[in-house]
Amino acid sequence: MYVAVKGGEAAIANAHRLMADRRRGDRAVPALTLEQITGQLSLAVDRVMAEGSLHDPDLAAMAVRQARGDLIEAIFLLRAYRTTLPRFGHARPIDTGAMRLERRVSATFKDIPGGQLLGPTFDYTHRLIDPAMAGDEPVEEGLRRQREADAAAPRVTDILDDQGLIEPDVFSDDEPADLTREPTEYPVGRDLRLQALARGDEGFLLALGYSTQRGYGRTHPFVGEIRIGTVDIEVEVPELGFAITIGSVRVTECQMVSQFKGSADTPPRFTRGYGLVFGQSERKAMAMSLVDRALRADEFDEQRLAPAQDEEFVLEHCDNVMATGFVEHLKLPHYVDFQAELDLLRTLRAEQEQATADDHDTLSEAAE
Amino acid sequence: MTRAHALPAYNFAYLDEQTKRMIRRVILKAIAIPGYQVPFASREMPMPYGWGTGGVQVTAAVLGPHDVLKVIDQGADDTTNAVSIRAFFAQVAGVATTTKTTQATIIQTRHRLPETPLQAGQTVVYQVPIPEPLRFLEPRETETRVMHGLEEYGLIHVKLYEDIAQHGHIATTYAYPVKVEGRYVMDPSPIPKFDNPKMHRSPALQLFGSGREKRIYALPPFTDVVSLDFEDHPFQVQTFKAHCALCDAGGVYLDEVVTDDHGGRMFVCSDTDYCETRRTEGHRGTGLPSDREDAGREDAR
Repeated sequence: MYVAVKGGEAAIANAHRLMADRRRGDRAVPALTLEQITGQLSLAVDRVMAEGSLHDPDLAAMAVRQARGDLIEAIFLLRAYRTTLPRFGHARPIDTGAMRLERRVSATFKDIPGGQLLGPTFDYTHRLIDPAMAGDEPVEEGLRRQREADAAAPRVTDILDDQGLIEPDVFSDDEPADLTREPTEYPVGRDLRLQALARGDEGFLLALGYSTQRGYGRTHPFVGEIRIGTVDIEVEVPELGFAITIGSVRVTECQMVSQFKGSADTPPRFTRGYGLVFGQSERKAMAMSLVDRALRADEFDEQRLAPAQDEEFVLEHCDNVMATGFVEHLKLPHYVDFQAELDLLRTLRAEQEQATADDHDTLSEAAE
Repeated sequence: MTRAHALPAYNFAYLDEQTKRMIRRVILKAIAIPGYQVPFASREMPMPYGWGTGGVQVTAAVLGPHDVLKVIDQGADDTTNAVSIRAFFAQVAGVATTTKTTQATIIQTRHRLPETPLQAGQTVVYQVPIPEPLRFLEPRETETRVMHGLEEYGLIHVKLYEDIAQHGHIATTYAYPVKVEGRYVMDPSPIPKFDNPKMHRSPALQLFGSGREKRIYALPPFTDVVSLDFEDHPFQVQTFKAHCALCDAGGVYLDEVVTDDHGGRMFVCSDTDYCETRRTEGHRGTGLPSDREDAGREDAR
């Protein structure tokens, strides 16, 4: 016997209670502390801050813990909090040339002023699961090299730019576009594209960047430079008339030196693809710079044929919070619409059955 | 935690007042141009995209402390997402909620319109997944906006014609496109086409919100809403042979409920409030047990 079910409310409450129970896991094991997450799962925290568009390691760590390690869920938590925060204005462009470097590599020059600095990287590790990591073995302190205070490490793209070999950097004092405050109308400016990519899903951008390497919108990229480190955040205070530093953030920057281009007026020179991500995330910054360059196809009169070159396609689908919401909404009830489809399908099948029966009758009549 | 964060505090109906003002301006524009999709700076909401964020933002922007809110999903007040959204507004706005269509001042809905005719003064807020009626014919927003601008709707008629050529019927059963005031072709949200005629010249204000796609559109009261069709293939709504097994209602939209694994099924009202109201009025369907059995089950609970 069917009884119209009431009890969605109780079911939801119980489901959440069970989820909280599973999240806590074995009560005999101490709960994860936020310090452990920010300290030992820092790349997860970085990803949540980057795609959550909010630089706050403690909140990101809380989100990671609350989301049971589901990073897209954690990103969603951070975004939903970020959206409620008041906006006070925008910072001055960060000066990545003045970055306090932790890592800096160039693939275009063997040696560069300021040197190559490997820093904390998985590169060149052998991916062997380390039994020593199973316990809590003592770990040696990292070695640090004392840097001379005035040892400049100019950006590789600036070195190329000094010789006119690469398109110049663009500067603008305009208020940057903000897709969280204005509806997106296509075509959009590069500032908004970069914002969308910086918040975009790492996996999606990785796949798109990869596709450009395999010929779907090839850009002939070289890693001019990847640098990771902290930069100061400065804001102009109108009352003061000058910029003051309000803090610093760790970022990863990737400058991709790409396909050269010239015209009747300008001699050929390299073009740029740019990636900038909160925290340490080379994979994301590199993928972003590939996609940024691919999306600039129109600027260089390149044919837009590949998905990575398609602004509307990339921007409308790179946001994992939107994507996961809409994909997962399919599990919500759809039985009203399904009923409508079912009804039509039955009608069509009945009509076809009738038509077949009629044909059969006609045939047997003809045979008689 | 190493640093103490102030616990977040939220404004009435969650959204800050600047955001509400922005959304209200968009709603006014939408009302002024019935059926036109107005872009708006959709916010990230504490529920997922695709789960009613557009509807929730519209409701939050129009909700006042004295409003009475009803939330339905698939016509039912007790589906989980309807419960969740109702609980959200009860928590962040402290408004009265109801399941009675006649008592509600604002009805947020997903996939249905109530069977009880709407009245002047009521506002219906539709949750919309894909606001663009031309989207599955032309995936690019840049193109579809031009098509609307030029009133270039040939493509959608061709689609409907192809349905007839292939199936003998227009094969669109829900989200059936409508023309508003003879101008804009509009997606009525994925309501079954059964509900389309209820939109036509409704005395209620009808608002449509799509959060992920960042669009709001509207039908002011008494707007002409005509479902697209052809002279020789006029628009028709679904009809059900069965009556509701619980309240015996006919001419309403029914859900098919599978009752066992050898073909047993029954049909019940999709609109739970309508069904309950009829049962309290004494209507009884064939699927209800006799009064004595029913009383026995009540005792057993």
